[in-house]
Amino acid sequence: MDSTLEKKPQVTRRQFASCAAAAAAGFVLTACGPRRLHEVPTDRLKLALAAMEREYRAKFGKAVHVADTPAIPGVLFAYALDISRCVGCRRCVHACVDENNQSRDPEVQWIRVLQMEKEKGVDFGHANPYYEPATVPEDGHFYVPVACQQCRNPPCTKVCPTGATWTEKDGIVVIDYDWCIGCRCCMAACPYGARHFNWGEPTIPSGVLNTETHYLGNRPRPKGVVEKCTWCIQRTRNGRYPACVEVCPVGARKFGNLLDPDSEIRYIIEHKRVMVLKEELNTVPKFFYFYAT
Amino acid sequence: MRSALITLGIAAAASGLYFAAGRGEASAPATVQTAPAQAGAPAQPAPVPSAAPKADAPGQRVEVPPPPFSDGIFPCSECHAQLTPNRTRRVLTDMHQDIVLKHDEEHRWCLDCHDASDRDKLHLASGELVSFDESYRLCGQCHGEKYRDWRAGVHGRRSGQWNGHKSYLLCAHCHSPHQPHFQPIEPKPAPKRPTRAGR
Repeated sequence: MDSTLEKKPQVTRRQFASCAAAAAAGFVLTACGPRRLHEVPTDRLKLALAAMEREYRAKFGKAVHVADTPAIPGVLFAYALDISRCVGCRRCVHACVDENNQSRDPEVQWIRVLQMEKEKGVDFGHANPYYEPATVPEDGHFYVPVACQQCRNPPCTKVCPTGATWTEKDGIVVIDYDWCIGCRCCMAACPYGARHFNWGEPTIPSGVLNTETHYLGNRPRPKGVVEKCTWCIQRTRNGRYPACVEVCPVGARKFGNLLDPDSEIRYIIEHKRVMVLKEELNTVPKFFYFYAT
Repeated sequence: MRSALITLGIAAAASGLYFAAGRGEASAPATVQTAPAQAGAPAQPAPVPSAAPKADAPGQRVEVPPPPFSDGIFPCSECHAQLTPNRTRRVLTDMHQDIVLKHDEEHRWCLDCHDASDRDKLHLASGELVSFDESYRLCGQCHGEKYRDWRAGVHGRRSGQWNGHKSYLLCAHCHSPHQPHFQPIEPKPAPKRPTRAGR
């Protein structure tokens, strides 16, 4: 025993001290660098939000509020859409653009309404998002609006090399636009085409800018980052319905708390025929499609 | 020199612990919280348990905006008080010709829903009079499934709060009672097709 101990190479005081110093310096350098916004202490986050507000005020010439409303405990959001009612009028698409400050040019739209043929059923291969008749609905067709499905097993967050996208405690998948490096891996991973890239500098006319924003949601984005539906995080965390729910003229869109047994969502899941898109991929969406009739 | 290095080492270790703890707490984003609302939640919007008036309790009156009458049409008794009711089923020729009934018109006509004795009311199959702001009870006689869904907040448009007060609409706000089927509407512009440079 004693002999083996003696044979071990000895670490000199100098070596130990040098290593410790190097480790400490390395750590300090790492810790001082930028961090994802949801990780920084509250006081630093407030400073960051204030800086964003100053930047937006300078850019748009009006006061913009950037909130950091946290998830409500005991809430897991879910969404349901009645395919038997949707008439494909795209009111939701444009209400979403207005609410969530999407770029008007180049055009970014978080909701895509797919026109499908009743004969073929839900068939993405034959879906058409560019339909433009004088009036909708068209005979023999039905409409499937698709936005982020807020999966419980999201492929997009797993592939992000910088950890810039993750699932919040209330189930909303969010993006930190300051950490997104624009590699678009998440867009390749998403089987729903729900993520959108800012290929150009986003343009939002100052007059139509929604000034009530959330730092993980609808605050104006820079060029070169990915964005997606957040179920109007700036509204729903304050108890309001998403903009698309309120605007839908046929009342096809439903939203609520999956953990509340009295919610509309739970009623739908318990009483209606419900499906999710591409169930076989095991993404476990919290966005349900149902047939009320 | 030595003491400076040791101090630095200790500081590094301490800050390491601090950041490790902080990060561990703040990240773990993939886990889904299933615990019920905690009592000690700091100043946040009112948590889940919705003390909102539930509209799906049977028999309970639902708060709705005023019925969507055409201008100057209500109260009906303004004209009808001077008229003797003619209860024979017929095609109207003197008034209300603009109303085209496309709602089970083979079997029904005006007085199956509107009351002949009290012109400002509707009546149920039982003969019970209901006012226009409770017309959902009349519709619910035939459309029971839709009525239940509507009370649960699933049929029809809702605005307000998902965890609090929701505003309801009467059936008649969206469906004309005389022609309840939705009329086609004009869609908003389609998304732009992607373009390729140089084409």
